Amino acid sequence: MSCIEQMKYTIHLQKTSFKEAREYIEKNSDEVYYVSPGYKIFKDYYIIGVPPIAVGAKGNSLIFPYTKPCHGSFVLSIDNEDSIKEIDRLRETDKGKVTTSVKKSKSPASSGAPLASYGDMWKK
Amino acid sequence: MTGVKVLLMLGCPEVPIQTSIALYLSHKLNKSGFDVTVAGNDAVIKLLKVSDSDGYYVKKMVNLDKTLEDIIEKRLDFDICFAFMHNDSGMTFAATMSAISQAKMYSVIFGRNAEALEEAIEFDCVKIVAKDVHNPTRLKNKLDKVMEEIAK
Repeated sequence: MSCIEQMKYTIHLQKTSFKEAREYIEKNSDEVYYVSPGYKIFKDYYIIGVPPIAVGAKGNSLIFPYTKPCHGSFVLSIDNEDSIKEIDRLRETDKGKVTTSVKKSKSPASSGAPLASYGDMWKK
Repeated sequence: MTGVKVLLMLGCPEVPIQTSIALYLSHKLNKSGFDVTVAGNDAVIKLLKVSDSDGYYVKKMVNLDKTLEDIIEKRLDFDICFAFMHNDSGMTFAATMSAISQAKMYSVIFGRNAEALEEAIEFDCVKIVAKDVHNPTRLKNKLDKVMEEIAK
């Protein structure tokens, strides 16, 4: 059991596909960042996902996908001191950032355009 | 093939053929000299332990989350991975494994949604597909051919 299950979280989507989880995060976050599978958040949760994995920030909340073998993918958010630190860490890394204004148009992940940067990121 | 490390990464065990194929594949690979580890969640591990209570077919069983953590943290890796999947979650875990590991990937795809899952896979892998739920024979036969190739 990861630390996530012991934290106070909000469920935004449950028992859905990973693709739908990604699209929800892209549409419902103020800022969207893309991370590689295995990206570690909080103390010990390594994000499971199909790249590119969207992680969002909305206010002080970190919005992220959470996948379990028997229950599908969830979209969770956590709003506490640690989520602020995680959002700051994403901003510092600032790779593949898609701002709200950009994502209103077609984002790279949904446009069907080659995902060279994301693909390279996770194939290495 | 002595010492070649193989991971059987199991998904949700609700489709019956998964457990029987995992036991079969583990046993065949062990007999061929591979170093086989089977990873799954608690339900998977319990099913395997009851089915193979003396550990005759499966020599090593590990927790899936812990195994992925060890691979991400570079404490562990495998040469070959058979990723079992019959739902979107299984495919998501397999995509993660493909991204974090150096292992050659084999996707073992079964169940009623096998064809749609096969099409959804974007990572580089060999796909072994059988749209079966209860009868493991067709999937077993396909895996026999794959094992012949691997053992060459």
